[in-house]
Amino acid sequence: MKMLKKNDLILVGIILLLCIGFFAYRKMTEAPGSRVEVMMNGKLYDTLTLQEDTVYTVKGDNGSYNTFKITDGVVDMIDASCPDKLCVNQAGIHHNHETIVCLPNKVILEVVGAEEGEVDIIAN
Amino acid sequence: MEKKKINRITTYGLLVALAFILSYIENLIPIPVPIPGIKLGMANLVVITALYSLGIKEALSLSILRIILVSFTYGSPSTMLFSLAGGLLSWGIMALFKNGKLFSFVGVSILGGIFHNVGQILTAVFVVENINIVYYLPFLLISGVFTGALIGILGAMILKRLKHLYQ
Ligand SMILES: [Zn+2]
Repeated sequence: MKMLKKNDLILVGIILLLCIGFFAYRKMTEAPGSRVEVMMNGKLYDTLTLQEDTVYTVKGDNGSYNTFKITDGVVDMIDASCPDKLCVNQAGIHHNHETIVCLPNKVILEVVGAEEGEVDIIAN
Repeated sequence: MEKKKINRITTYGLLVALAFILSYIENLIPIPVPIPGIKLGMANLVVITALYSLGIKEALSLSILRIILVSFTYGSPSTMLFSLAGGLLSWGIMALFKNGKLFSFVGVSILGGIFHNVGQILTAVFVVENINIVYYLPFLLISGVFTGALIGILGAMILKRLKHLYQ
């Protein structure tokens, strides 16, 4: 078996550089989110502010549901009808771009940042 | 001739069993990607071992067989789609570079690891219809590099021990 080749190291180097660049960009644009967007079947279902603590349930067509709570700006899934409950086991989200995904129910919670909210206000 | 055939069947069975164990271990390891069903791709060890010992076609059938078996045991239909996309893409890339002189065995394994995760995330984008999921790609690329390297080292060790069976 041949040992490592130069091309292997070039490949790893390129991938690591790409990722470092991406993480740096993320870190620079990271901010506490201002709203959570609730998506179902790829469409926007509702938008909630993170400023108010609340418990909210998303209901699907065939009796499926996902319940999440907002506490101190953190969104956390607390109950769901899906068989795997993987969405409930996920940690709470707080920063912009963070998501909680429930695949069986096709529900996504996505935190959106303050700067996007400000653009909306200007547009309105 | 007959003995060679038996050896191939034995290797097949051995690799399917190994895939099962790896898939079980994989289910115990959490990864920082909030998309249910996305896996590290440890079972790629079996696919690359099959690729270099049994052949390209045999590696493909083994890959599909293990995904179906494992999905029915540990997963769900929605997570099977990710495994299939990741498994097929990484098999294709590894088969493509296997006979080339560009990358070593470990390099081919790293490519397999990377494209396993690229396949999974692209499928996730289509399944949940949300392009923002690509945001988790860097985590998966880095884990692909590390898993691929680890698999490459382990695979080389397994191949060395299996050598007398298929030659
Ligand atoms: Zn769920």
